[in-house]
Amino acid sequence: MESYYHPGDLGKFAEMGKGNKELWEKFIGYYNAVFAEGALTEREKALIALAVSHAVQCPYCIDAYTQACLEKGSNVEEMTEAVHVACAIRGGASLVHGLQMRNVAHKLSM
Amino acid sequence: MAETKLSLKARRSPLTSEREQIRILSRTDRCSPFEERMRQAGFDPLYATGISVFQMNLGKLCNQTCRHCHVDAAPDRREVMTQETAARCIEALAQTDIPTVDITGGAPELNPQFRWIVAQARALGRQVIDRCNLSVLLLPSQSDLAPFLAGHRVEIIASLPYYRSAQTDAQRGEGIFEKSIAALRLLNQIGYGVEGSGLILNLVHNPVGAFLPPKQKAIEGQFRRELEHRYGIVFNHLYTITNMPISRFLEFLIETGNLESYMERLVNAFNPAAAAGVMCRYTLSVGWDGTLYDCDFNQMLNLPVSDLTPRHISDFNPAALVHRRIVTGNHCYGCTAGAGSSCGGAVT
Ligand code: SF4
Ligand code: SF4
Repeated sequence: MESYYHPGDLGKFAEMGKGNKELWEKFIGYYNAVFAEGALTEREKALIALAVSHAVQCPYCIDAYTQACLEKGSNVEEMTEAVHVACAIRGGASLVHGLQMRNVAHKLSM
Repeated sequence: MAETKLSLKARRSPLTSEREQIRILSRTDRCSPFEERMRQAGFDPLYATGISVFQMNLGKLCNQTCRHCHVDAAPDRREVMTQETAARCIEALAQTDIPTVDITGGAPELNPQFRWIVAQARALGRQVIDRCNLSVLLLPSQSDLAPFLAGHRVEIIASLPYYRSAQTDAQRGEGIFEKSIAALRLLNQIGYGVEGSGLILNLVHNPVGAFLPPKQKAIEGQFRRELEHRYGIVFNHLYTITNMPISRFLEFLIETGNLESYMERLVNAFNPAAAAGVMCRYTLSVGWDGTLYDCDFNQMLNLPVSDLTPRHISDFNPAALVHRRIVTGNHCYGCTAGAGSSCGGAVT
């Protein structure tokens, strides 16, 4: 095995149903319902998914949702801003924990 | 995407050969033969159901050289419909009650026969569509084109792949977006696209790359908001058209290593409902030299109508053509993917 990740595996995602069909069907039913047009448009949901893909750093999701965003009519400028949103939240989440550091340091220090 | 300035033909590309294109499309690994897929869906053989659109391709001459052009049109192309062939087309049309004449190219307006054809078809009481690249309206030689079209109540179907310049220019050439916006403003000024004017201005969006178009209604709303908000431009409808894997778009797919994955995308998105509504079933397409085809794409692959029917406009026989068997190939996956694709946009 030359790599843990294989681009071709994205197309084989449905093979996960072979281990447990019932759970797979529940998941995929839920998944499709989540991405259907609702209070948010399909385009908006794809942009959110793209941002989350970067936050969870899943190469399969990044591949799939880059294509999905383009196919929903988004452009690279919008998609780049979505990635920055993920980046800002990830960075901000680290930074806000600095307050824990400050609280502990404050308690321990003279 | 870099700009392409010359046609495949002028660059002597191997893709100038239609046989070579068909060979490449029949050999892509991830693509089962289209006819097999149609058989499974109950559409092989595929027959025409009638002729409601008489499409005339006036030739390959164009003032643009778009990267995705399925016609391989360019300023360097010289193949254009002659006066005699145009006259045969109008004679043929007069024998029928086909309601719509759809004029395309190249830039059809650059053909000296264009205005005569429009006037004749309108005099026969037919609806006339001009597939317009917009920038042609700004050429000094065409300064009276917009009023001419309005005067003859010609419906305009104009290409605008995206509402931003980066994407549009990447596909259609540097500076084309700005010219397209100027042309759309001009059309709006004389009433095109304006509610109640009766002058129809429809736009065409096709993806700027190797992916499928969005849902037509969704992207139409986006275009409407963006064009109105940014430029004050209005239009009637937006059609989505899938890029066909032929000619210059095929060259792009090969050069960028996207051919296999694009074909796989089209094949996986095969939609039987779209297959039922493919435009060849109700269209007859006439080439610049008078040869008859099932559609403009078959025309570019040099695949004329079935040899059981007349194949030239001078032998036109509507009874023999109306239920003809359609000639198909793997390029047809471009018409049956997702919501389907035709000259009138999504099929389903
Ligand atoms: S796509 Fe249309 S405007 Fe562009 S080169 Fe081809 S015929 Fe001309
Ligand atoms: S490419 Fe032409 S012949 Fe093939 S399905 Fe589309 S319209 Fe019909």
